[in-house]
Amino acid sequence: MRINEHPILGKQDKDAVTITYNGLNYEAYEGESIAAALLAHNIRILRYSEKCHEPRGIYCGIGHCYECRVMVDGERSVRACITNVKDGMHIRYQTGEFL
Amino acid sequence: MTYDLVVIGAGPAGMSAAIKAASYGADVAMVDENPVAGGKLLGQLHEEPQLGWWIGSKIAREIAASAQKLDIEFFPEKIVWGIFPHWKVMLHNGEELQADNVLIATGAAEKAIPIPGWTKPGVMAIGAAQTLTNYYRVKPGNKVAIIGVDPLSLAVAHELSMAGVTVAGIFAAPSNEFTSDQSAPIHVIEVLSRMSHLAPNRMLKIAGKMLKNPFMKNIAAKFYPGFGMNVWGIPLYLKKTVLTIEGVEQVEQIKTVKTDQEGQPKRESTKTVDVDCVCISGGLYPLSELVAAVGCEFVCIEELGGHIPLHSPEMETTRDGIFVAGNITGIEGAKVAMAQGELAGTTIIARLGLLENSRESIKIAQDKVEAARQHALIKFRQNIEYGREKSAQLWYAHKNK
Repeated sequence: MRINEHPILGKQDKDAVTITYNGLNYEAYEGESIAAALLAHNIRILRYSEKCHEPRGIYCGIGHCYECRVMVDGERSVRACITNVKDGMHIRYQTGEFL
Repeated sequence: MTYDLVVIGAGPAGMSAAIKAASYGADVAMVDENPVAGGKLLGQLHEEPQLGWWIGSKIAREIAASAQKLDIEFFPEKIVWGIFPHWKVMLHNGEELQADNVLIATGAAEKAIPIPGWTKPGVMAIGAAQTLTNYYRVKPGNKVAIIGVDPLSLAVAHELSMAGVTVAGIFAAPSNEFTSDQSAPIHVIEVLSRMSHLAPNRMLKIAGKMLKNPFMKNIAAKFYPGFGMNVWGIPLYLKKTVLTIEGVEQVEQIKTVKTDQEGQPKRESTKTVDVDCVCISGGLYPLSELVAAVGCEFVCIEELGGHIPLHSPEMETTRDGIFVAGNITGIEGAKVAMAQGELAGTTIIARLGLLENSRESIKIAQDKVEAARQHALIKFRQNIEYGREKSAQLWYAHKNK
């Protein structure tokens, strides 16, 4: 899902890092949000809602709606849309149950 | 830690204010929830007549670099959870920033258009799609449907298509209790006529000029074709809306329906369209929780986007030392926000005694806001000038109480 060529913005040139999502390795770019890095691999489901266990993903993209909460290195409710990836970051989708 | 000024929100308004104040010797701190400064500027990308491409990410980077040179202390990834009298700005990690002057420049958020299926992954606010596409350079979807016709959604549709995303169509917002007035074709034609100077082809430009006439608007609403019209190669449907968004775990398709000229659906004409992303554009509203928490007085001005903190022509709220700038004062573009930030910064350095001829400097800064407003390429709201006038009158009425 990456836009490598762009008529106005040109080519992309960023350093790659590795993150894991639900135990699998994915390549991400330094300086990008968790939500953008996962979407680049066509991953949209970031959370299951507390009551009905329905899938949720990025909505507002500005940290306001809290729909994109994920677990990062064991910490709950990190907003994927305004948190940048770091090399070696372990991310998991979040559910209503406290693990 | 104590500063002369704490700025909350490092978007175009906040950064401009911080830079103005710091360049006159004020000690300034700037806080933002995001890892980088820039706010919504980061995702902007459009062509300006004579001036060329407005690449928001590049402009934001340049402004942030100037802020850094001036030793403005930046607190990224910090949430402000409260502001206490005179004035302590509390950050979520326990830090406290103290200052006599606080500028709240938290910008705006998007109104949602809740329709069945809107919580599914793959449905997002139009602004989120904009940032993903132009800043992160990730496609929000391979095939995208846009709901809501307004200056922002049309601009983003064009940006998506430039990035190689297929836009299945821009659909009118469904008519319901939340959207009743904005979904009727007549309203949408009103929006289009305001954007005709941006129109990509001659036919639309002429149409835009004709639509300035109210009689023509009615005719156009009546005869707008149900199959839509192409804008930048993207189908624009004023008489078609989205009934439901469907998919097992995430977005797979939408169900569309034709509408009459009042925006009411013709139930027999539903159609299914495969998409993997739906962008909702319900318009912007000022993001003002913090100002409310400080106890500033509010006024509701529809032309500015809803409830805004009552503020003076110098950008001070009803609380001493609490200032506002940017979209929190009304929905306008980045250039207006920057000029408002500079005005707030000028008022604050005058207050700190760092400025000679302060009256004159403030007047110059106010004129710059006015000029930015007049030259704005994209007008997000109708009658913004009237809204500003109303806001000023309400301020004087409050002062003379």
